Amino acid sequence: MSTITIREALNQAIREELTRDEKVFIMGEEVAAYDGAYKVTKGLLHDFGPKRVIDTPITELGFAGVGVGAAMVGLRPIVEFMTFNFSILATDQIINSAAKMLYMSGGQFKIPIVFRGPGGSAFQVSSQHSQALESWYAYFPGIKVVMPSTPADAKGLLKSAIRDDDPVIFIEQERMYGNKGEVPDDPDFTIPLGVADIKRPGTDVTIVARSLMVPVALKAAEQLEQQGVSCEVIDPRTIRPLDIDTIVESVKKTNRVVLAEESHPICGVNAEISTQIMERAFDYLDAPIKRVSGADVPMPYAKNLENLAVPDVAKIVAAVREVAYLD
Amino acid sequence: MSKQTAAPPSRAGAEEQSSTSVIDSPKDVDRNELARERDELKQRQKDRFTGLNDEQLVGLYRQMLLIRRFEEKSAEAYVAGKIGGFCHLYIGQEAVAVGAISAIRKDDYVFASYREHGHALAKGMSARAIMAELFGKATGCSKGKGGSMHMFDKELGFLGGHAIVGGQIPLATGAAFASMYQRTDQVTLCFFGEAAVNQGAFHESLNMAQLWKLPCIYICENNQYGMGTSLARAMSLRDISKKGCAYDIASEFVDGMDVLAVREAVARAVERGRKQSLPTLLEVRTYRFMGHSMSDPGNYRTRAEIEKYQERDPIKLFSASLLEQKIVDDKALAEMDKQVHEEVEDAFRFAEESPLPDPEELYTDVYANPIDPSRN
Repeated sequence: MSTITIREALNQAIREELTRDEKVFIMGEEVAAYDGAYKVTKGLLHDFGPKRVIDTPITELGFAGVGVGAAMVGLRPIVEFMTFNFSILATDQIINSAAKMLYMSGGQFKIPIVFRGPGGSAFQVSSQHSQALESWYAYFPGIKVVMPSTPADAKGLLKSAIRDDDPVIFIEQERMYGNKGEVPDDPDFTIPLGVADIKRPGTDVTIVARSLMVPVALKAAEQLEQQGVSCEVIDPRTIRPLDIDTIVESVKKTNRVVLAEESHPICGVNAEISTQIMERAFDYLDAPIKRVSGADVPMPYAKNLENLAVPDVAKIVAAVREVAYLD
Repeated sequence: MSKQTAAPPSRAGAEEQSSTSVIDSPKDVDRNELARERDELKQRQKDRFTGLNDEQLVGLYRQMLLIRRFEEKSAEAYVAGKIGGFCHLYIGQEAVAVGAISAIRKDDYVFASYREHGHALAKGMSARAIMAELFGKATGCSKGKGGSMHMFDKELGFLGGHAIVGGQIPLATGAAFASMYQRTDQVTLCFFGEAAVNQGAFHESLNMAQLWKLPCIYICENNQYGMGTSLARAMSLRDISKKGCAYDIASEFVDGMDVLAVREAVARAVERGRKQSLPTLLEVRTYRFMGHSMSDPGNYRTRAEIEKYQERDPIKLFSASLLEQKIVDDKALAEMDKQVHEEVEDAFRFAEESPLPDPEELYTDVYANPIDPSRN
């Protein structure tokens, strides 16, 4: 075990997979000579050369499509979006090409590609650079969507994503790159896609949280423990396919649920999780499901407004107390 | 091969370039002028016979004829309600796919748009597999899941069938990237209509292709209409081959009604791709005789304009050249017509008799590595 940051864990994952398979390469804006806008690809150009680590022009639709086309004929691209905000320009290739190619070709063309980069709220970069887009991508069959919250998950899940034969949207939280944690040293350490992780066991209330909301939920759970409420924090890690079984099992035990996410509430991932819980465990619920979401506004710049737009510990604590009928 | 922006042999349609009215198609037709142009085209075509043996020449003709008859049968099946959705026919443009694909190897890649039945046939896919796909049958080349706009054959290097205008251009660039990455000498042909040139995908792709030296051959089939909007109403610089300059890509203007002209131009581009790993942009001037799709009556162009291009029908032109050069006689042409007719009828029967996809197919092929949610 080594204690490293999420940034370093991702770098290790890419490095190990580049070493393991010649068909893997990484392309994106500033990934090579600049060492990555967020330094996730630091040193890779030096170690693997310009054939495997490729700087692209600022041309998101184009290089996303180049990645999909290369995947059609057997390569395994990792396409970095400097941030997922820019992936919006590439959605035609991600959705209409990558997600649907296997199906509309009757199973002939698999697309083993990873689209990765930072997403979610950042610090004071306003509306166009600070948003959570996972519900967009999770909407589409054919795509897998992964959002790690710890260094170990980041490494293990990214390695699985690169080895997977389907297009994977891999969203790293922009605020969390410096978060530290223990990561196994084994180069074959992977975490399977589609498996949720119980980040903290508990008995009274289930909190489902992903990405940035996981450490926030864990802090809330600590506070609530002192108030006599035992929270179970579940991190789905993969949004599509969703490990709903683990969530439902927890709900059957706690009978109360809070769903936390930094994305907008309307048509969000938690709206889906909420429905699935209702469909599968309605009779086990002792209180209505409570969502804690990002504000339903474009992200503001001003620090005080930004703080109000992103869910925090206090909001999750209040929601848990509400479903536990404590207030 | 040095870069060229060759002067066009025949700038059909160029005379309308200044017009921006909704219907800018000519109203009158000068039959003597048409006949003279046709003779010129034929002479130029016959000059291109050198280097090809009779079997190759006849093979090209047969393939064009097969596409024509196949498309006519598709139209018939569509009207009869046997084909659903959209159906974009390739009638009039046969020389482009046939000429171009005849200049590449079996292991080279081909990408096309939603008007791709002809390209699929030219790449060697069977009329049966394509017709069955149109019918939405299990025996179709995409198991009935793709339909008219999404034909695929991995074994034959036919990589679709893409239905967002210009969407296939970055994909083809990616396949060419893979050839460069793996140091194979494969090339990729990327077919698209002239309307796709206005999409960002075209410009982004050409930029990367030249920047990274990717062996991709961009074949713009300029049939002069993006659905019902003429080129004159949609493009500021209508000389598409000139757009290569913006990306420092070698480019050429090609007469798309002459299968041999297309073949020669693509052969030059293939050489550039294989030997120098460089891309090429070809503007191939052609014309679709039918509407944009089966539901388009084509009210935005005049009878005179359609007649003008029908006079240059690539199949009629080539059969006349073959006859004059005594490569074939009328009897051989009639025999070939019969064979092709039978091949298409056979495909139709095959499609009719094939089973629908099994209902269980609805949920297959969504993921290559499906994750079973109940396995935990």
